[in-house]
Amino acid sequence: MWKWLHPYAKAEKSYTLSGKLMPWFLAVALPTFIVGMIWGLAFAPADYQQGDSFRIIYIHVPAAMMAMGAYSTMAIAAFIGLVWQIRLAEMTVAATAPIGAVYTFIALFTGAAWGKPMWGAWWVWDARLTSELILLFVYLGIIALYNAFSDKVLAGRAASILTLVGVINLPIIHFSVVWWNTLHQGATITKFDQPSMATDMLIPLLIMIVSFAAFLGFMVLYRFRNEILQRESHRPWVIALVQQSSSSVNKRG
Amino acid sequence: MAFASWSDFIAMGGYSFYVWLAYGVSLFSVLLLVISTVAKRKKIFKHVEQRLLREQRIKAAENREGTL
Repeated sequence: MWKWLHPYAKAEKSYTLSGKLMPWFLAVALPTFIVGMIWGLAFAPADYQQGDSFRIIYIHVPAAMMAMGAYSTMAIAAFIGLVWQIRLAEMTVAATAPIGAVYTFIALFTGAAWGKPMWGAWWVWDARLTSELILLFVYLGIIALYNAFSDKVLAGRAASILTLVGVINLPIIHFSVVWWNTLHQGATITKFDQPSMATDMLIPLLIMIVSFAAFLGFMVLYRFRNEILQRESHRPWVIALVQQSSSSVNKRG
Repeated sequence: MAFASWSDFIAMGGYSFYVWLAYGVSLFSVLLLVISTVAKRKKIFKHVEQRLLREQRIKAAENREGTL
């Protein structure tokens, strides 16, 4: 029944499939980004307490959510890679880490730029902020570990193990605002209740979350293809691909 | 529309520095990621191309007559 999945363990098949999927992700990411950003910045009503500074939420929350989403993806891929010894899954881990790191950085930076006018401080050693900072360090650790080995099979395994160790941080980040008294506010959307936010403000936020998720997917596929190309660079199909592109320089498929 | 004029929009109700700083840095870091990712792909292609050319040159040198 699951036999149709088998060919995708082959790098060339996965390369072609991700190439076909990429435009779809971009087709979702770009329009939602433009609409969400204009809606959030110009059309959503100002907050009654925070004024227009709350508009930072439209990048802060999607980035923070997808930073954790990216990590969950990596953890699942790392588990599959380690248990069933699928190299492509380990490549997914390596491909996703830099994107997750950038998203985490964005979440931290926009949080600081929002915290300064609202809390009066760029940074406080609050449970949510600290656990998010640890997430950034875990991401950087995974990237550094993967790059430390020239043998990429070994590198993939080491990075996957570190990814699984770092999973412990995810529930800590999510529940940090519940478990500890924090300056950071509690969950607004991700809770078993009505979102505590006006609909006019919520819709652009949801649009931006979709946009960040789709862009994450697009970048993962792009970097995943890079990983495949690099590791398979001696294989005939990659050589054929390169020869094809060098004969028509402006058209790289 | 939450703002009356274009300059009102830029002013962001007095929070212009923080809002535009957050948006600017975010956009910049995403842009860096995109650029480095695309550059990586081009680099891989270039490396493989160079390797193929080198292999061709080595082969040509081996087939040359009148050399050791």
